[in-house]
Amino acid sequence: MNFVYERFLGGKSGAIALGILALLILVVLPLALDLFRLNLVGKYLTYAFAAVSLVLLWGYGGILSLGQGIFFGLGGYAMAMFLKLEASDPESTSIQTTPGIPDFMDWNQLTELPWFWVPFESFTFTLLAILLVPSIFAFIIGYSMFKRRVGGVYFAIITQVIAVILTVLIVGQQGFTGGINGITDLRTLNGWDIRDDSSKYILYFINAILLLGVIMVSKFILTSKLGQLLLAMKDKEDRVRFSGYDVSNFKIFVFCVSAVIAAIGGAMFTLQVGFMSPSFVGIVPSIEMVIFAAVGGRMSLVGVVYGTLLVNYGKTAFSETFPELWLFLMGGLFIAVVMFFPNGLAGIYNKYAPKVKFLKPLFDKPVQSEKKSATKIESEATTEGAK
Amino acid sequence: MGEYSVQELTSILAMQGFAGISLFSVLLLMALGLAIIFGQMGVINMAHGEFMAMGAYTTYLLSVVTESYFPAFMNYYFLFAIVVSFLVAGLFGYLTEFVLIRHLYKRPLDTLLATWGLSLIMQQSFRSIFGAREVSPTLPDWLMGSWMPTETIFIPINGMFVLGLTTLVTIGVFLLMYRSSWGLNVRATTQNRVMSGAVGINTKQVDRLTFALGCGIAGIAGAAFTTIASTGPTSGSLYIVDTFMVVVFGGAASLFGTIASAFTIAQAQSILEFFISGSMAKVFTLLALVIILMMRPEGLFSIKVRK
Amino acid sequence: MSYFSRRKFLGKTGALLSAMVAAGFITSSAMAADYPTAEVNTTGLAVTDDTVTVGILHSLTGTMAISETGAQEAEKLAIKQINESGGILGRQIEIIQEDGASDWPTFAEKSRKLLVNDNVAAVFGCWTSASRKAALPVFEKENGLLYYPTFYEGLEQSKNVIYTGQEATQQILAGLDWVAEEKDAKTFYLIGSDYIWPRTSMKIARIHIEKVLGGKVVGEEYKPLGDTQFGSVINKIRLKKPDVIFAAVVGGSNVAWFKQLNAAGITADKQTLLTLSVTEDEVLGIGGENLEGFYSVMKYFQSQDNPNNVAFVEAFKEMHGEDSVIGDVTQAAYLGPWLWKAAVEKAGSFDVDKVVAASEEGDIELTTAPEGYVKLHPNHHLWSKTRIGKWNKDGQAEVVYTSDLIEPNPFPEGYQ
Repeated sequence: MNFVYERFLGGKSGAIALGILALLILVVLPLALDLFRLNLVGKYLTYAFAAVSLVLLWGYGGILSLGQGIFFGLGGYAMAMFLKLEASDPESTSIQTTPGIPDFMDWNQLTELPWFWVPFESFTFTLLAILLVPSIFAFIIGYSMFKRRVGGVYFAIITQVIAVILTVLIVGQQGFTGGINGITDLRTLNGWDIRDDSSKYILYFINAILLLGVIMVSKFILTSKLGQLLLAMKDKEDRVRFSGYDVSNFKIFVFCVSAVIAAIGGAMFTLQVGFMSPSFVGIVPSIEMVIFAAVGGRMSLVGVVYGTLLVNYGKTAFSETFPELWLFLMGGLFIAVVMFFPNGLAGIYNKYAPKVKFLKPLFDKPVQSEKKSATKIESEATTEGAK
Repeated sequence: MGEYSVQELTSILAMQGFAGISLFSVLLLMALGLAIIFGQMGVINMAHGEFMAMGAYTTYLLSVVTESYFPAFMNYYFLFAIVVSFLVAGLFGYLTEFVLIRHLYKRPLDTLLATWGLSLIMQQSFRSIFGAREVSPTLPDWLMGSWMPTETIFIPINGMFVLGLTTLVTIGVFLLMYRSSWGLNVRATTQNRVMSGAVGINTKQVDRLTFALGCGIAGIAGAAFTTIASTGPTSGSLYIVDTFMVVVFGGAASLFGTIASAFTIAQAQSILEFFISGSMAKVFTLLALVIILMMRPEGLFSIKVRK
Repeated sequence: MSYFSRRKFLGKTGALLSAMVAAGFITSSAMAADYPTAEVNTTGLAVTDDTVTVGILHSLTGTMAISETGAQEAEKLAIKQINESGGILGRQIEIIQEDGASDWPTFAEKSRKLLVNDNVAAVFGCWTSASRKAALPVFEKENGLLYYPTFYEGLEQSKNVIYTGQEATQQILAGLDWVAEEKDAKTFYLIGSDYIWPRTSMKIARIHIEKVLGGKVVGEEYKPLGDTQFGSVINKIRLKKPDVIFAAVVGGSNVAWFKQLNAAGITADKQTLLTLSVTEDEVLGIGGENLEGFYSVMKYFQSQDNPNNVAFVEAFKEMHGEDSVIGDVTQAAYLGPWLWKAAVEKAGSFDVDKVVAASEEGDIELTTAPEGYVKLHPNHHLWSKTRIGKWNKDGQAEVVYTSDLIEPNPFPEGYQ
């Protein structure tokens, strides 16, 4: 039990932070919001998966990926393919030239299901694909880059270009992918109507619990030796290497893990929103995911969830009332976070909350380690800047 | 190909050759400013496209002003607009460095994020000031149409203009970086910042001017591209990926690398596009670049960028 | 610009009344007392004794804001005019406007908000196919009613959508027939941006060219969205020497395409070009000098010289500013509220099912449409005329050909 407490929850302050988050997304929000707003929160929480993945990769690993949309999209598309096949049974597609295949294929003169779609008729395969396809993809990218010690800005740009390639391919190969409209009109999951109000509640809770689970697993990884090594690598990569560790293997591993986490978010996105389109794969969504992580605090698994919620809430609220101000605010927020609060909301909380008397009991030693990591960011930056 | 005469085929070949060179000059002009900044400070300026749009909008403003107040100068305003675009974008770059970038030199990845925020603000500013619709500056007549060396060869004049401008700017940058005392300071700072400071170079000033120069060149590019492409609030974002690719593929801190990289990418793309559909040509070009970069991460011409 | 027009919008009321009487907009005004709320609204829509609420859902921010501005301006104009003429069933129309923010899930969310939280009686909105596809399941599930203004690829017919723009065959076939006859064209080069609308349009065009016109497609080319380099494509076109270039390039690419075409010496005096994707809105960015002499095929041009259109253009400029330009989609968006009014009055009810049933009878027509005459087909699309416009340097088109009234055919047999 103590093991679970220390490693999965991260000690007292970690457990309390996670508890408060769980209370908020499992109890408070479902009670306070109507279904429409709750569904929005559910969508935001799927982005939070991507933000959590960036804590591992960017916050601790120091590897900035501007292509998390790739993995979010792969997970989302895998789920969408399964749901689309289920929605395209021969009866409901009987007006098509070839009944039984998705409608967009029929419009594009496909007369049979492409080979790579066929296995997605199986739910088990789909679940496996959501986990495996992104990790294999991430492994290939990670292996070829980290083994050759590509990092920093180069890695960021290359992941961004891969996101562009994928978007152009999805949009261009519309017979196989649904093109720019994406895969739409998804209805049931193994016969269960995902559009009902009750299903929306259930999906929201599944999503929230999965997110909490992913945060705990990530915490486990970060409190393990690997987490320590990641931080050490970010700080002084060469010393870790000279100590006999193969640095690139750790990087590849954490990249794959982050890909899987983002992909789970994508799959849950498809289930809750009811469609998937290339506009969640490209540059802009990928960078927005980084924004969520930066605002929440790149070193805090719980903080980024708040960051995601805050930025998206702001986006929705402002675009409803002051659409013209929104981009100014978003840009300004981003600059402010980067310049003044490099550890985001979590950084502000950790800095000021312990000084408030009644919040003091909430904290124990890990506050120190958070602080330490904050100084590490700067020391790492110094080494990079000195080159 | 029996239906074509030798003359026709030669003409097409010549024009296709020019299309490649023209694309090369476009890519180089886009990337030059970014490459200078990246080479000098390791900063990727995500707002580079918006600095280009700033040049384009400056040109548009001048075209409107000239048309209403000095119609007699319509033929010459464009040259003037290029200079003004350089100054406007450069000045704004100077301020950006002062307000934003200089605080972030120790965190290059964060610069990338901060400049992204800047690009959002700039896009919305363009939209608020000039409206959401695209605009089109009136171009002088001499920039329109094409030059015909023979009856079957058409060389676009705006393409030649961009080519000429790129050549001038490149030579200018070369002279500035490698033949002037200021350039010596820049290169010294790039190689060893601390030591440069110790021997009396004002490294902060060097950074600021380099950033301003890079942004100013982006402004020139923006002005020049009003002849071949669109001017709108989000036009800048159309160029950003291509620009990054040229710089990263060329390798950091190497002017020659940037030139070679722009040339390679331009030729690959324009030849591929001639034989396969545009969309797939783009995919293949980018894919090839990514694969080459994975095998040779330091880019085409750079000694060491490993981290 | 937007501030200016908004102020104008607030400042001017009632000034247009005389113009509209002349245009025949004001025909009859029903009294609310004749239509008790309990009878005209049995499904809990936002209808009171003297108001009815509708939604407008377009992108005010993001990349699509450029295109969608005109559509929402036209919808507001139509609603204002309807209100000034006495409203619908004696009720004034109130608007709830939402921003789709160029983001497709936002369109779905905001549709749900409008239908579930605000209970609007109808929604005027969406622009891209992707936004419509995203919102469509919501409209079908919540039984809402959407008036969609953009010309689009067809292959869709939802009970809950009225399509006020042309579907692909209406726009394309008449255009190709005209160019084949008028220019004696035999060979065609097809070029478009790489996404669903150009690809579907070109597929229909190719079948028509090869099977009906007996012509030949000598090249087919798709450029990625946002691409700005057309040098190689232009050389390919030069090599193939087509009689006609048939183009559907969109957005920033469209500007680059025409500028580079012109610079390469491919101008209207040597080459016939027919495009599906240039309206008055696009001309501003492309520049009239780069389009001079090329042809657009659309159902509406701002320069159309009929009394309906003259009054419409005048009213639009009065409300949204003197330099407004009005493109095909803007006009189609303007039709939405009027078609809804006609259907509601015919049904004597705001209930979506009854309005749809009234719309499906196939006899709802607008004689006051700026484009001329339109009639609603039982398949939810409009009978409309297709026009060919020849662009002038000043950014306006001269209508050189007007077809007969064309039946909408969203699932064209033999063209799929």
